Amino acid sequence: MAELIINIAGVIALSGVMIAGIRFVLGPSAADRTVALDALTIIGISLIAFIALSGGRVIYLDVAMVYGILSFVGVLAVARYLEGGL
Amino acid sequence: MEILKLTGAIIALIGSVFLLLGALGVLRMPDLYNRMQAGTKATTLGSLLTLTGMGLYHPAWLPQMIMLGLFIVMTNPLSSHALARAAHHSKVAMSNKTVEDALEKMNGTDSNIDTDAGRDVNDNRMEELV
Repeated sequence: MAELIINIAGVIALSGVMIAGIRFVLGPSAADRTVALDALTIIGISLIAFIALSGGRVIYLDVAMVYGILSFVGVLAVARYLEGGL
Repeated sequence: MEILKLTGAIIALIGSVFLLLGALGVLRMPDLYNRMQAGTKATTLGSLLTLTGMGLYHPAWLPQMIMLGLFIVMTNPLSSHALARAAHHSKVAMSNKTVEDALEKMNGTDSNIDTDAGRDVNDNRMEELV
């Protein structure tokens, strides 16, 4: 029962990735795409945790942590570039 | 033990619904700033709930899930703040339903930026509303 609910939650989060991906493709300006990318990476961290749970591998949580750090630095770099300071 | 797993799974389900709603807000909101609000607040809460739920489902991984959640809580508002400031600086257009732009008014009085500027803006807003 609990495993089924976890799987349903993973599918719902995956559909969230698809919906935010539409905005990532459409987005009129570069800042819109960066906002969509930010949301995509946050959803992606949860998805990696779901995959770690279903695969039973704790190492994927470290992958999620590194992914989060890289996306944070990337969004800060893009913001700095849009502001004209890079 | 089974009840703990079930509780964790239900919390993770609620969190994934929040993730879906945040993504829907990113798609549907009218301008960049509204999209940023939906895409940051809702996904932060959603990822916190999913990580907590999965930590309860698999209690041996709870410390690492808590570390991941704390990391998201610390970095996500920071990156969204920097991005909003950069977008405002590069003159991304607002929706035409926007009531006021406090940062623009503060940039107008660049000689003495202090806490009074924000209060004046609020006073003007109150007068307009009254």
